[in-house]
Amino acid sequence: MALLEVDDLHVSFDTPDGLVQAVRGLTFSVERGKTLAIVGESGSGKSVSTQTITKLTRGARVSGRAIFEGEDLLTASPDHLRRVRGAKIGMIFQDPLSSLHPYYRVGWQIVEMIRAHDHSTSRRTARKRAAELLGLVGIPRPAERLDDYPHQFSGGMRQRVMIAMAMALNPVLLIADEPTTALDVTVQAQVLGVMRDLQEDFGTAIILITHDLGVVAEMSDDVVVMYAGTAMEQASRRDIFYRHHHPYTEGLLRSLPAHGGGKGRLIPIAGSPPSLINLPSGCPFAPRCPYAWDKCFRETPPLDEVFDEPGHRSACWLPHDWEGRQACEPRTETIDREETA
Amino acid sequence: MIRFLIRRVALGVLVMWLITVAVFGLFFVAPNNVARTLAGRQATPATIHLIEHRLGLDLPLWKQYTNFVGNALHGDLGFDYYHGVPVTQIIGQALPITLSLAIGAAVIWLLLGVFSGVLSAVRPRTFSDRSTTALALFFYSMPSFLLALLFLYFLYFRLTKAGFAIFPAGGYSGLTAGVGEWARHLILPWVALALLLAATYTRLTRGSMLDVLGEDYIRTARSKGLRERRVVLRHGLRSALTPVVTQFGIDLGQLVGGVVVTETVFSLPGLGKTAIDAINTQDLPVIIGIVIFASAAVVVANILVDIMYAVLDPRVRLH
Repeated sequence: MALLEVDDLHVSFDTPDGLVQAVRGLTFSVERGKTLAIVGESGSGKSVSTQTITKLTRGARVSGRAIFEGEDLLTASPDHLRRVRGAKIGMIFQDPLSSLHPYYRVGWQIVEMIRAHDHSTSRRTARKRAAELLGLVGIPRPAERLDDYPHQFSGGMRQRVMIAMAMALNPVLLIADEPTTALDVTVQAQVLGVMRDLQEDFGTAIILITHDLGVVAEMSDDVVVMYAGTAMEQASRRDIFYRHHHPYTEGLLRSLPAHGGGKGRLIPIAGSPPSLINLPSGCPFAPRCPYAWDKCFRETPPLDEVFDEPGHRSACWLPHDWEGRQACEPRTETIDREETA
Repeated sequence: MIRFLIRRVALGVLVMWLITVAVFGLFFVAPNNVARTLAGRQATPATIHLIEHRLGLDLPLWKQYTNFVGNALHGDLGFDYYHGVPVTQIIGQALPITLSLAIGAAVIWLLLGVFSGVLSAVRPRTFSDRSTTALALFFYSMPSFLLALLFLYFLYFRLTKAGFAIFPAGGYSGLTAGVGEWARHLILPWVALALLLAATYTRLTRGSMLDVLGEDYIRTARSKGLRERRVVLRHGLRSALTPVVTQFGIDLGQLVGGVVVTETVFSLPGLGKTAIDAINTQDLPVIIGIVIFASAAVVVANILVDIMYAVLDPRVRLH
């Protein structure tokens, strides 16, 4: 059984403009010790769905299941949830400066984390452990830096502090929400390296939320491509890059600059994501899809297995066999929904 | 930080100097003739002149001013016109009363305001939040003398008439006469003053707390598996208190200079009431003395607030 199984997750928010359907029927699972990347544009529901699993989204309407180690977190008691957070599921976020408390020393913040779950640990032991952790994530002179405040660290070092804190209790799952987005490119690689090393040493599973396909290529075992609150395609990393089925995945890859490339122009995906308040019927990507035809605007495609590969699923009406999919030619221009409807 | 403080103190000195000029100038422009009043109805011009000479009122204005500032720097604010008591002594007698009133009320309003502000922020837009807000605005918009008079009417007059002489009508009982008596005399003024000011703190704490609870580091605190109580108090309130501390410093600084209305209604001979009495009798040195003392209290409070910033927020310390 997988470590975490999310099944038909729906999350929506009441706003003055109407009900925002941030996540619509998301299903995925994370295996022990593996990395699952969730990819998508801003507003595709990546962060909301993972924060809902630990109930960090407030004021949301939630349905579905999130079975973690045999227990549904969505219906768990606040006390059980509190014991899972931090101890079993560690979390790091996009902006390490705003995610660490500006008024407390980093050592204090790590010690607090350790002692919140095991009060029998003495302050001294916890502090020693905190210094160890800072060393583990590659912060020089860790024992001295315990007494520094977050603003005294550089961006990359701050994210290392966040990782050290999230890993303090050896969680089985680490949720990393765009952990490198706010960092310099050179620092990004270091931070990802730290995460990978820790994963190897401790066998932690990672959910990595990102919009950066470079990070996906670097880190992940499996990939979920999200769009407008739902999964468009799920596959192993290899299949996502070389045998993708969904036109949205294709679009994401074509808008990615090739490493050392220079052959041809980048092709952006035309248009912008739909409003999550009044979602049109049919496939949410259809208005921007170069392959779309009438059916795509009428009926929502289910997330089905494609290419006869177990675990490779795509929500698209295009042919589900490899030859058929290869034969499809994209139009050079996208059609307006108004013209076809 | 040190350089910033030096600049702040220098600025404070400048402000104090401007205040002495303004106060001094103002009272000499104002039409009054103390010498004539003191000399009595049938005084001859010679007597009046003699009195003016004794009080130094016949010197040129700039000379009077430099004498005054020179003496003030040596802790001498002159003597009151009518009894010849040193002004510093008058202030010294009134100050403990004002301090007792201000500090006691401060404790009450701070506890009340911050506590209700946090409760409102934790459950925003609920019934309890809205009723707290309504109550706070009710006291906030109430004139201070009215609240004080209502207190006196119901809690002193009606209660005493009904046979429960719990609260005195007013007046002050020094700490030397016992803490119990001291508190019994002050409890009504404390609460009357605190209720007026607590409203500001409820609103301030609520707003600041709502902002802070939306911060990323609060989400981090929750993701660490901390108890909600700890998230709200240790992580939320710690940051939300900064604007509250600022307001508190400024308010307390102002009150230390005299709580005119409350002191007058409850017949507490503090700085506020002393100032009013001095104005009624045109006792210039006392008025000037109290104004200067009150200004100094505000200036010092502001500098203390700036220091508190550095104590509260480690990010300020480095700059």
